Amino acid sequence: MQKRIRKPETSMQGQPHEPALPDSKSSLRFIGKKMKRHWQLYLVVFLPVLYLVIFKYIPMSGVVIAFKEYNVIQGIWGSPWVGLKYFEQFFESPNFWLYLKNTLGINMYGLLVGFPAPILLALALNEIRNGFFKSSVQMITYAPYFISTVIMVSILIVTLSPSVGIISKFTQLLGIENTNFMGIPSLFKSIYVWSDVWQFSGYGAIIYIAALAGVNPELYESAKVDGASRMQKIINIDLPSLIPVSVILLILNLGNFMKVGFEKVYLMQNPLNISTSEVISTYVYKVGLLSSSFSFSTAIGFFNSIINLILLVSVNYIAKKLSNSSLW
Amino acid sequence: MFKASRIRESYGDRLFLLGVYAFLSVVTIVVLFPLIFIISSSFSSPQAVVSGKVWLLPVDFTLEGYKAVFRNPQIVFGYLNSLYYTVIGTAVNVALTVMLAYPLARKTFYGRNFIMVLLVITMMFEGGLIPLYLVVKNLHILDTRWAMILPGAMAVFQVIVARTFFQTTIPEEIAEAAELDGCSDIRFITSMVIPLSKPILAVLTLMYAVGHWNAYFDALIFLKSPDLFPLQIVLRNILILNSIDPTMVTNVDQMLAQQGLKDLLKYSLIVVASAPVLIIYPFVQKHFVKGVMIGSLKG
Repeated sequence: MQKRIRKPETSMQGQPHEPALPDSKSSLRFIGKKMKRHWQLYLVVFLPVLYLVIFKYIPMSGVVIAFKEYNVIQGIWGSPWVGLKYFEQFFESPNFWLYLKNTLGINMYGLLVGFPAPILLALALNEIRNGFFKSSVQMITYAPYFISTVIMVSILIVTLSPSVGIISKFTQLLGIENTNFMGIPSLFKSIYVWSDVWQFSGYGAIIYIAALAGVNPELYESAKVDGASRMQKIINIDLPSLIPVSVILLILNLGNFMKVGFEKVYLMQNPLNISTSEVISTYVYKVGLLSSSFSFSTAIGFFNSIINLILLVSVNYIAKKLSNSSLW
Repeated sequence: MFKASRIRESYGDRLFLLGVYAFLSVVTIVVLFPLIFIISSSFSSPQAVVSGKVWLLPVDFTLEGYKAVFRNPQIVFGYLNSLYYTVIGTAVNVALTVMLAYPLARKTFYGRNFIMVLLVITMMFEGGLIPLYLVVKNLHILDTRWAMILPGAMAVFQVIVARTFFQTTIPEEIAEAAELDGCSDIRFITSMVIPLSKPILAVLTLMYAVGHWNAYFDALIFLKSPDLFPLQIVLRNILILNSIDPTMVTNVDQMLAQQGLKDLLKYSLIVVASAPVLIIYPFVQKHFVKGVMIGSLKG
């Protein structure tokens, strides 16, 4: 918070120094002089920019193979154009709707549950005065963030396993037979989403806790004087102060809507749950790298990216209209 | 005096606070229990694990599982490979990030808006899996250690975090003063910016290092040789695909014993693989929180 206030000051102080050069009419010469003076900065920036070009922009241009009949010998640019053939092939395949439904379903569910969870945690932590309890709760809930996806899925497999899993022990106590939870298609989404909540809520809460710490204490004081209850304070002071941060995070989440979770979904898949666990990104991987249909796979990936981009831009637009906070 | 200025909490508020404590306690137990259960299981005898006797504390304490883990050459090599990728990869990551973030923080750096736009575009649109794979292939670094380091040599988000930090902590005036004294830009970076930026360097190092230690997807796509596999791929093969067990099973007793050891091995392996990150976690937690908060400031 303080940092954000300090920033404009430095920029204001910085400005008068800047046009130290006589305001020459040819701005090109001015720019040239500036660039020459800081040639070393351009040298420094060269490698990172080269990285961006090679590993970000060349792959972007490689998207053209979605519109081509790619083969290794002729290369990306030599291969013949086929127009929208691969897009049509994908849209017409019977599995298209299933995969789209799975992708949207998992993400909607995840957003509905996973988005409010850290806010709830932050609000609860904010009610408690600083102390041992608060800091240990924060530290413990934050820890699962560091567990790798592979380990996370392994934990799911061992805890949900029908033979040694802890959940099976509970159900045994209740007299229910052992069940292989990972193999039940209808449970896939829930396992995915709730384990994400388990792993990331503590991490997600940090930003909200920081935002709550920045609330003007006078607001609380006057609320107290007016006789507001804790609940009323949360509703009237805490929640409104979280809106700007949550809007930004919501936009970022929606921007990743279509690609979320490839790593975890892929690891959680097994032949029993494949009907609900195959999403577009896992399909791209399987089609593209495991069966080497490069063009087809790129077309699906391109479709995915476009949906993402449209979501990001439109949500940002809506957020700007409604709440004045946006990414750009 | 202190008491007088305080308004007593109402009955409802105290009840509400009690509810908050209860809620947070439940959350903490739910988060902690699986972790304790796994650690306890990893120290228990195979029989106790299979028959479900372990609830909270280890039963029949043994290090059998850990011995099995470290006897497996795949795991040991995976560990060493991961260490290599983490150290080299993080060094490259931090260097490139600072090299891009600092000039972008300088107002006198002409063209910074253009590079910023270049950066932000990559956050919104990407070529996708296959085009990236083809680039890596055309560079002839497929199935080499480079494939684990170069494609992810810099993260756009971290660049923006670092840039925000430089903008807010290193005033433009110092750079100008240094310039007047005849200090070159590169010298200024090495002898002023870097010593002043220890907090952000710590944050970047930690975030990138955790990323490298936990990464498995790059290896899945780009690596074929088992001797290059990082720990996470080895873990996946053992824990998720269950592809261990080269020995033939002769009788039922032996099979049961082996099944038990296999389950035990999983728990021990989970602990061994997460240990480095979780051990340093309490010491670096503060830096992490700081990093998340710098990142949340608008760049």
